[in-house]
Amino acid sequence: MIVLAAARAAPPTYQRVAVIAIAVLVVVVVVELVRRRRLMERYALLWLGAAIILFVLAVWQGLLTTLSSEVGIRSPPNALFAVGFAFVVVLLLSLSLVISRLTEQNKQLAQRVALLADRLKQLEQERPET
Amino acid sequence: MSRHLAIVPALNEAGCIAQTVTEIHQHAAGFDVLVVDDGSVDDTAAIAAAAGARVISMPFNVGIGGAVQCGYLYARDNGYEVAVQVDGDGQHDARDIPRLLAALGEEPAVEMITGSRFLTDEGGYRSSPLRRAGIRVFAALISLLTHQRVTDATSGFRMSTRRGIELFARDYPHDYPEVEAILLLHAHRLRSREIAVTMRPRTSGRSTIARAVPAYYMVKVLLAVFVGILRARPGIEAEEPRP
Repeated sequence: MIVLAAARAAPPTYQRVAVIAIAVLVVVVVVELVRRRRLMERYALLWLGAAIILFVLAVWQGLLTTLSSEVGIRSPPNALFAVGFAFVVVLLLSLSLVISRLTEQNKQLAQRVALLADRLKQLEQERPET
Repeated sequence: MSRHLAIVPALNEAGCIAQTVTEIHQHAAGFDVLVVDDGSVDDTAAIAAAAGARVISMPFNVGIGGAVQCGYLYARDNGYEVAVQVDGDGQHDARDIPRLLAALGEEPAVEMITGSRFLTDEGGYRSSPLRRAGIRVFAALISLLTHQRVTDATSGFRMSTRRGIELFARDYPHDYPEVEAILLLHAHRLRSREIAVTMRPRTSGRSTIARAVPAYYMVKVLLAVFVGILRARPGIEAEEPRP
């Protein structure tokens, strides 16, 4: 029964194909970036997670249809895009967190460098020329 | 080594940094002068050094909060007992420094004295009407939150004891730090007080607030204030000094 209902409400094939293609592309690009050491593993994980979940939802029609009707979304493709959008929001927030942490660390580094440079200058002046 | 330090944050203040340094030496002789050059592109650092100040140069512009905190780190690491912040632009009158010091000495329980423009009706520079309105909003808000009278929450002319120095060295707000610093002190249950001073219009350079959009300044500081209330109270007093 569920399978029948799912088949009836399933998203059109071309949309699913598009989502699958995007998910595969994201995985390929992210893996390639990690391979070239341009992207760190820890920041790649969220991207890969998003791509894999989108992929699963696009392939496994029953799951998507059940989920979307559970939360009251009439059209399953919309549920697919909602999931993608949620991932984008989480990704952006996590990037803001990373930037905030880097800003703080950057400030502390600048302060240390400034103080050490001053200390070094002081020591050089104190030390008699050899 | 004297144990009093004047921290002078400066960004492109070549026009008046020498005068600021000279006046501090002249009117507050017991104070070492530390100019924190926050990535100036002019000759601020060289001029300040020539005027007799110790100069610490940030490798790039980190913002007023980071620069001032660097001054407090220096004060902490070098064992200073008292530190006073003096703007590099000549707004703060060095003749008030001994008065701040006297006020700090009067009450041992007070850890920070702020020079306020608005405590008396005397003349002097008080900023533009619009900005004064903004300052008043902050003053009312901070007074309410700290249960004490604060008239000039945005004044950067303030003197702290060793405890204040240690606290600010550890934790100091990033940009537009003055308002938040008062709350920080209050959260650590350290007392602060104001005395009346007269300020002068800046002789050169530009205010860090003028550089930003004033509305952004208001919103950012208000956000910091309200989130600061929600933040878990540290509860502990300033840490023991690290060697």
